[in-house]
Amino acid sequence: MRKRRDPIKDTAREVRVFRARSLLAALLVLLMAGGLGARLFYLQVVEHEVFTTRSEKNRVRVEPLPPTRGLIYDRQGKLVAENRPTYNLTIVRERVQDIDATLDRLVDILGLDETQVEAFRKRSRQRQRPYQPALLMSGLNERQIARLAVNRYRLPGVEVEAQWLRHYPDPKIMSHVLGYVGRINEQELASLDSGNYAGTHYIGKTGIEKQYEKALHGQAGLRKVETNARGRVLRELERTPPEPGKDLTLTIDTRLQQMAYDLLDGRRGSIVAIQPQTGDILAMVSAPGFDSNEFVTGISYKDYQSLQDNLDLPLFNRAVRGQYPIGSTIKPFEALAALQNGVVTPQEVIYDPGYYKLPNDSRHYRNWLRWGHGRVDLERALAVSNNTYFYTMAHRLGIDALSSFMYKFGFGEVTSLDVQGASSGTVPSREWKREKYGQVWYPGETLSAGIGQGYWMVTPLQLATAEATLANRGDWVRPHLAKRVGDTSVEPPFKNTKPDVKLDKDVWWDDVFNGMEKVVSGREGTARHIGKGLKYDMAGKSGTAQVFSLGQNQKYDADELKERLRDHALFTAFAPVDDPQIAIAVIVENAGGGSSHAAGLARALADEWLLSDDENTHQAEELIKEDVEVEGT
Amino acid sequence: MKGLEWRRFSRAPADGMGRKRSLWSRLHLDPWLLLLLLSLMGAGLVVLYSASGMSLAVTLGQASRFGVALLAMFVIAQFSPSTLCRWTPLGYFIGVAMLVAVEVMGDMGMGAQRWLEIPGIIRFQPSELMKLAVPMMVAAYLYKRSLPPSMRDLLICALIIGVPVMLIMRQPDLGTSLLVACAAVFVIFLAGLSWRVIGLLAVLLASALPLLWFNMHEYQRQRVLTFLNPESDPLGAGWNIIQSKTAIGSGGVFGKGWGLGTQSQLEFLPERHTDFIGAVLGEEWGLIGMLVFLALYVLIVGRGLFLANTAQDTFGRLVGGSIVLTFFIYVFVNIGMVSGILPVVGVPLPLVSFGGTSSVTLLIGFGILMSVHTHRRLLPR
Repeated sequence: MRKRRDPIKDTAREVRVFRARSLLAALLVLLMAGGLGARLFYLQVVEHEVFTTRSEKNRVRVEPLPPTRGLIYDRQGKLVAENRPTYNLTIVRERVQDIDATLDRLVDILGLDETQVEAFRKRSRQRQRPYQPALLMSGLNERQIARLAVNRYRLPGVEVEAQWLRHYPDPKIMSHVLGYVGRINEQELASLDSGNYAGTHYIGKTGIEKQYEKALHGQAGLRKVETNARGRVLRELERTPPEPGKDLTLTIDTRLQQMAYDLLDGRRGSIVAIQPQTGDILAMVSAPGFDSNEFVTGISYKDYQSLQDNLDLPLFNRAVRGQYPIGSTIKPFEALAALQNGVVTPQEVIYDPGYYKLPNDSRHYRNWLRWGHGRVDLERALAVSNNTYFYTMAHRLGIDALSSFMYKFGFGEVTSLDVQGASSGTVPSREWKREKYGQVWYPGETLSAGIGQGYWMVTPLQLATAEATLANRGDWVRPHLAKRVGDTSVEPPFKNTKPDVKLDKDVWWDDVFNGMEKVVSGREGTARHIGKGLKYDMAGKSGTAQVFSLGQNQKYDADELKERLRDHALFTAFAPVDDPQIAIAVIVENAGGGSSHAAGLARALADEWLLSDDENTHQAEELIKEDVEVEGT
Repeated sequence: MKGLEWRRFSRAPADGMGRKRSLWSRLHLDPWLLLLLLSLMGAGLVVLYSASGMSLAVTLGQASRFGVALLAMFVIAQFSPSTLCRWTPLGYFIGVAMLVAVEVMGDMGMGAQRWLEIPGIIRFQPSELMKLAVPMMVAAYLYKRSLPPSMRDLLICALIIGVPVMLIMRQPDLGTSLLVACAAVFVIFLAGLSWRVIGLLAVLLASALPLLWFNMHEYQRQRVLTFLNPESDPLGAGWNIIQSKTAIGSGGVFGKGWGLGTQSQLEFLPERHTDFIGAVLGEEWGLIGMLVFLALYVLIVGRGLFLANTAQDTFGRLVGGSIVLTFFIYVFVNIGMVSGILPVVGVPLPLVSFGGTSSVTLLIGFGILMSVHTHRRLLPR
């Protein structure tokens, strides 16, 4: 190397070296080719199954075909829950060249906010394969759709998708009956049949929507499609069509429901009307209601908070969960209990000096009329809602006999067939008190119970149910909201119905009905002001539920406090007496006495149901506007 | 027939002047190599037709490029190796100059500066020229020296190789730069580089790998990382490897049939008619199709090495050998890539992938090989 002395090339040696090297190279080539062959053998023979599955999964997509949700009608065939098309905006990330510019453009066009854009970015990252569209915005309005159409040419990859969305035409009045559907949450997802709900985004959350979820939802279908890498469907390989959800017909009459809601006129309260022969719930109102449509599209946290914090508790279904002391509306049932237990006869007269005294007790249990009603028999006791008479009955019966009779009318338990979230209320007894409070029952508590105060707790639905059973002369029907599910009628007899209430003498029903009729139409009746111009016989009973205390943590200002401490007004009624068509329970919270503040509502409702022409209805409405001051509870 | 004639001829290379030279020899072509190349190109067109989504336009376009490439091969084969050797330095320096030009004013294409363009007339990739010019330059330098090369010669070779390779790497085109370096290294290897130096270089290279890593562009590193774990980014960079392996694996032994590969036809496979055409082949023709192609490639390499061995001068031998080995490296890197044992680099499957430039370069290479074989000075050794 140091000496450049070798300009003569050794050609033969070069050829030898080249030959050896190229032979070596040839061997290496064979080895490498063998390596490739082995690799291909591994992929195409050993792992063939794995890759075949993977390639099928690429190619074949199973798409769920969600069923359309069943519609809901009222008993007259009026649509009360429907499906409306709604439009969603989705973006296929892979078709968009500059996603930020596109999003900026969309923000301009649609007025999106930052959270929507952020949510989109998150969804976009969580996709399972390229070319899968990600949702940017749901519920586009027509204006937005039009603006998108105009700008379409500069928004490649942006698509508008149609989807059905639940809509309630009468949200406020029907909110508690129907409930609402909402987006399926993770908790629900865990317990659902994932196959059937694969393409479903909404589920019944409360009310009828929840109760009849299975029937309304239907059965999902599916289709297998071949797609290319962009997710475009090339052809359908297989299809199982979905079975649409069943339509539901309710027992509710929207007209009556609307009227009941209007009658409450912005007050807190509840009205339940039942058709006695069938148990059809004709109206079931809890006021105030709320806009259930807001829950479908997804209510904002702020709006939800304001509903939650509203002192009038619009989200609370008073009709089935509201618990109120039964008040004097207990008296017809108590009268039947006394007759059946033989502690009184219809003719027995009891003298009322204005109070009742237990033997060996100096305490006076007062009638609401300080100077007393004097001589009172059963009919008059009901008509004037005499307390002394019923103190006597309660004392003669004892609490246990009274409460066990009340159970027969469905108090203290849930008897409804298909009402979501119903409460059972409370029927007090010695045993109940021992269990609940560990205390003995005091004789004085029997007397309070005798006029429906104290521990009694009933829901408006229970009260209406009991009233319907009463109207039926003890024949039991389960109250229910669904009249028809698909083609199947929901009608009596129902399974697990309570036994009918039997009396030793059938005429005792008439004795009690006579007293209740006198409430409305008698000279002394506590609700005689609503009897004016009545075109049918109505049996009624007023009641007043005392408000003992307010819930903790509730803040009221002075005026409101005064208002919220007022008694709840109750009224129960059924009509016509001979052939009962409707049984009604009315509760108006903090309204004062039941006869003056709740009775008119029951009359108006009964008029609406029983008399078809509008004249009578108007007359009834005027009646309740008159500020009639009537004594009594 | 002609082949047999040639065989006789080749066994008696330095025979008398009066002997009639074969037609093939006068055409300066090697019939066996030509036959193998034509088979490969024909089969390649069949695969390409399916891989392009049954596009006759693409297939015919490729066929006409093959025509041009074959013509180029024929023309090159007419020049004697000594002529080629004389022109090599000029070609090399022009190539380096163009690389510098690309570096300075190259336009943007594929996110990298690789093209030199005279608008409306020609678009040219200087690095393509260098695939041949660099190994030829090394051979042109070495063939005059006594071999095996001395240390000084090696340093000069390193310079000859290093300058264009660095320039190509800066484009950035790591794949091509490595292939160019590879072709040149084959020349030195065939020239008889001592094993001691080879060992030393191997150690140096291994220790230089981390350096290379830190000099890589982000997307290049990403490719390597994705190669090591494709599942880490199944929608992005890992997509290609996953879909390619799926295509090949689902092909099985016999394949899904021509035009029936779901991965290819439904476009799950990216770049299916260019770099990933091997996966289409594997999916539609199965292991059998793959092995047939591999066999064709190996036969071409074998024939090529044989031809190089028949060369009369060192320049021809070294260039011929290098061209053939580099050709195989293309095959290995491409099939290794589509089958997931090598990272994704932009290397086409020779004479099968769609694309004119690489076909022309490859066939010019084979033209040189044929020239080496058919131009013999009828001198005694």
